[in-house]
Amino acid sequence: MSQVAALHAEVLEPAESPLTPESWGKLGMWIFLAADAMSFGALLAGYGALRYGSADWPVPSHVLGVGLTAFMTFLLICSSVTMVLALASIQREDMAGLRKFLALTILGGLMFLGMQAYEWSHLIHEGLGLTGNPWGASLFGTTFFIITGFHGAHVTGGVIYLSSYLIRSLLGRLQPRHVNQIEIAALYWHFVDLVWILVFTFVYLL
Amino acid sequence: MAHTAHTQPNYIGVFWWLLALTILEVGVIFMPIARVLIAILLVGLALTKASLVAMYFMHLKFERTTLGLIAVTPLLLCMLLVFALLPDHSATPHLTSAAAAPTAPPRSR
Repeated sequence: MSQVAALHAEVLEPAESPLTPESWGKLGMWIFLAADAMSFGALLAGYGALRYGSADWPVPSHVLGVGLTAFMTFLLICSSVTMVLALASIQREDMAGLRKFLALTILGGLMFLGMQAYEWSHLIHEGLGLTGNPWGASLFGTTFFIITGFHGAHVTGGVIYLSSYLIRSLLGRLQPRHVNQIEIAALYWHFVDLVWILVFTFVYLL
Repeated sequence: MAHTAHTQPNYIGVFWWLLALTILEVGVIFMPIARVLIAILLVGLALTKASLVAMYFMHLKFERTTLGLIAVTPLLLCMLLVFALLPDHSATPHLTSAAAAPTAPPRSR
């Protein structure tokens, strides 16, 4: 390599990420997740403030289906396990295992979304809406649909995100050297699970 | 593109913990104890579950401390936000109550 080329390589070579030596993308995802956590945090804090200031806020566990949502929580936890197993597979260079566990994770996400759609349609049928609530404060409906809807949009995004990797893998365009990309996608999916754990407690159980 | 080497956690063990805590959470809401105690227990259980996911599934336990600080910052800011909102709902009690909704004044012709 000539001296000029060596100098160019030195200038163009990106410095190693200080917190995540694996990749800059992983640091980027962590920063995105921290920002996204603030969005959920603001929604939940707003929910708390409105509920505390209301005289006729219904007890959520009396009007929402806790059994169904507990099962949805179980599903997301299962999908987090299959996601870590997908990551472990690509780390072992087992691409068939990666595809199997990615597909199971996507299936878990789709089942979660299907159950959420069922829950929403059931509640809407009972009269709960963005501006109406047959059991008391109308803002109960507003906050319920906005918070669970915002989370559902994240699950939908995650399903699309993971599906893109499954398709790439099926087309042979995903190799064991892409392990960092799967790790970053896994971070996003676990975040969606983590947020649901909090939403389940604050919106359904408390 | 080096990958950080660390011993792989017992993911299935973490799964059983998460499942047990979820069942416990659902059981707590039916316990014949004060509502405040139920709330404290539920928040504690939820934070424990969230920590398990972050530490083991997101591998935060094996990352650098500074990355952990980035992850914890939103939680601290949200707690501040809750305190910042306190004066709001103490100043406007029962704001969302249907009974407290003001009736429209009669129009003068």
